[in-house]
Amino acid sequence: MHQLSTDVLIVGAGGAGMYAAITAARAGTSVILLDKSLVGRGGATVMAQMTVAAALGQQEADAWTTHLEDTINAGRGLCNEELSVLLCREAPARILEMEAWGTRWARENGHIKQEFAPGHSRKRCCYVDFLNTGPAVAATLRRKVGEMQNVRRLSNIAVIEILVQDRRALGAVGLHVADGELVMFHAKAVILAAGGLTKLFARNSASANMGGEAYALALWAGAELVDMEFVQFFPIGHLAPRLVGMDPILWDPFRYKLGGKLLNGRFEEFVDRYGGADFGKYTAMRDVAAYAILKEVEAGRGTPHGGAYLDFRHISEQQLRAAFGPVIDRLLANGIDLTKAPVEVGPMAHYHMGGVRVNADMATRVSGLYAAGEAVGGANGANRLSGNAISEAFVFGARAGAAAAEYARRATLQREMLPVRAAFEGLEALSHGGAKDAPTPAALQAELQTLMWEQAGPFRTEEKLAAALQRIKRMQLDDLPNLRLSQGNSFNLDVQDWFELRAMLATAETVVTAALARRESRGAHQREDFPDADEALLKNQLLELKSGRLVSRWLAPARRHAKGAGHD
Amino acid sequence: MIERSAGTALLRIRRGASQRAGRFQEFNVAYEEGMSVLDALRWIRTHLDSTLAIRYSCINANACKTCMARVNGKIEYTCLAKLTPGVTTVEPLPKRPLIRDLVTDTVPDEEKL
Repeated sequence: MHQLSTDVLIVGAGGAGMYAAITAARAGTSVILLDKSLVGRGGATVMAQMTVAAALGQQEADAWTTHLEDTINAGRGLCNEELSVLLCREAPARILEMEAWGTRWARENGHIKQEFAPGHSRKRCCYVDFLNTGPAVAATLRRKVGEMQNVRRLSNIAVIEILVQDRRALGAVGLHVADGELVMFHAKAVILAAGGLTKLFARNSASANMGGEAYALALWAGAELVDMEFVQFFPIGHLAPRLVGMDPILWDPFRYKLGGKLLNGRFEEFVDRYGGADFGKYTAMRDVAAYAILKEVEAGRGTPHGGAYLDFRHISEQQLRAAFGPVIDRLLANGIDLTKAPVEVGPMAHYHMGGVRVNADMATRVSGLYAAGEAVGGANGANRLSGNAISEAFVFGARAGAAAAEYARRATLQREMLPVRAAFEGLEALSHGGAKDAPTPAALQAELQTLMWEQAGPFRTEEKLAAALQRIKRMQLDDLPNLRLSQGNSFNLDVQDWFELRAMLATAETVVTAALARRESRGAHQREDFPDADEALLKNQLLELKSGRLVSRWLAPARRHAKGAGHD
Repeated sequence: MIERSAGTALLRIRRGASQRAGRFQEFNVAYEEGMSVLDALRWIRTHLDSTLAIRYSCINANACKTCMARVNGKIEYTCLAKLTPGVTTVEPLPKRPLIRDLVTDTVPDEEKL
């Protein structure tokens, strides 16, 4: 087993992880930055094509407090307002810092160009043309991280366990995918920046990296999770015609810039029937739009692929090209001519509002264990505004890096061998390789994704959720230890899939458990058997492991003026 | 996810960990108009042979730039390369050290253990 030591270990090298690496290194600590894929290329950040919300006030007058009002309003009463304040107050500084580091935000008339997005009361969302925000900010951060002498980057390492002793994080165990070896990292502080969980759902906009590992690792380490029932289903993900080489979320910026009409299978406008106003603009918030589309599908008024039409035929090719230039050609290469035919869109899992419970320093209740970015729960409550995810990655990443560095300066390194439970469970499963007719980890992942989409997706009921929970538990107990795994150490994806599946199942269990307990509908959590919001449930739900069992409890949300908000 | 089959495509995939002693293995994949070569490779891993080694991250967005291979003799991003009905040959990048199957060593030196 390889062994490496560092002050701060960062798990996940997307926007949050790279930002954390920069601030931790600037504070003078040594950093190891890990990614399951390649540093700065995996995860969600690099896929973001659209906008970043920050009250810069460059397009029109704006204030961070106005951004905060909008964020809290979208969160349907459940925002951890202490975190929302940080997000909105610090986003402008991070955007300008990124510009100083080389990100070329779209500009006009000498200022950063900012657009409207649904739920924002001001023109607030900046971007990099054309649909290039994610790759551009990832490139900036990769370059910046590369300049830091005290940051060691390691690619193709999947972290499978956080090492904890006496409620203190002391490092992690990783699987080096290229040669199948385990790597032990000794660290004074660990930051979980491994993103969200949308890969749990069959219809998703995820990369291969969003299996919910950050949540499982935090839970196993003794941290609490919050709001795990709130999965954001992006309403207008691309369904058809088949489109390759572009993110399925691409239609969002099209709607910001050009409107576009959302129509049902009969070519009627319908969002207004569900309490949203859309009317060829783009004003309906994400939860409302997702609900409206799926209700139309359920009523038999969907499109052939089970969604709605998005129609730009009333917009001239000249306008399309002015707004999206080369993207129009990429669409044509896929056989999509927006001037001639509508496309089909529908909800897909896109982001997780819930996550690891942290305080304003991004610290969990486990000493030395921090979280950043989408892995953090609470800042967006029950529904996230578009544009807040990248801001959150920057702001929370910067804070987590600084706080972890400060903690590491006071901590000492523990180098003794620690018990590595998860790693050895895995090695045992690997050693017998399973029966010849047993499913592979990849096949069971696919089954889990279908199960979660059908039974724990946008519309939930007690019956469906209970069935999902039962199957997940059987997968954990019966299937996981007996899967068919190929032998061999060189880039053995069966092994990576096995550990990933193990984390996916643990995280899926938290989502379903939380969704069962929340007997109301609010924001992104829609219970068909409890269609209304219940004032008594205007609370956050916390999950933790007690003697290996998942236990849920409720807590009033942290309000911005509340004293001692955050941890109780 | 393959929803509607409009025939099949045959993939000839170079397997093994040796540049010289590799062999081709053939897989039949349900073909849907517009699907990518990467769609087919991922489908093979889930449904036919999970031991196939491939490298990818973003799946569909051509943002991660990690899924390159030689498709019908031409170096392409497999997420952009459209599959066609009929035979498609997929091989690892020719000028990179081979790790296994379609995975070559594309990790920058400073990001290695």
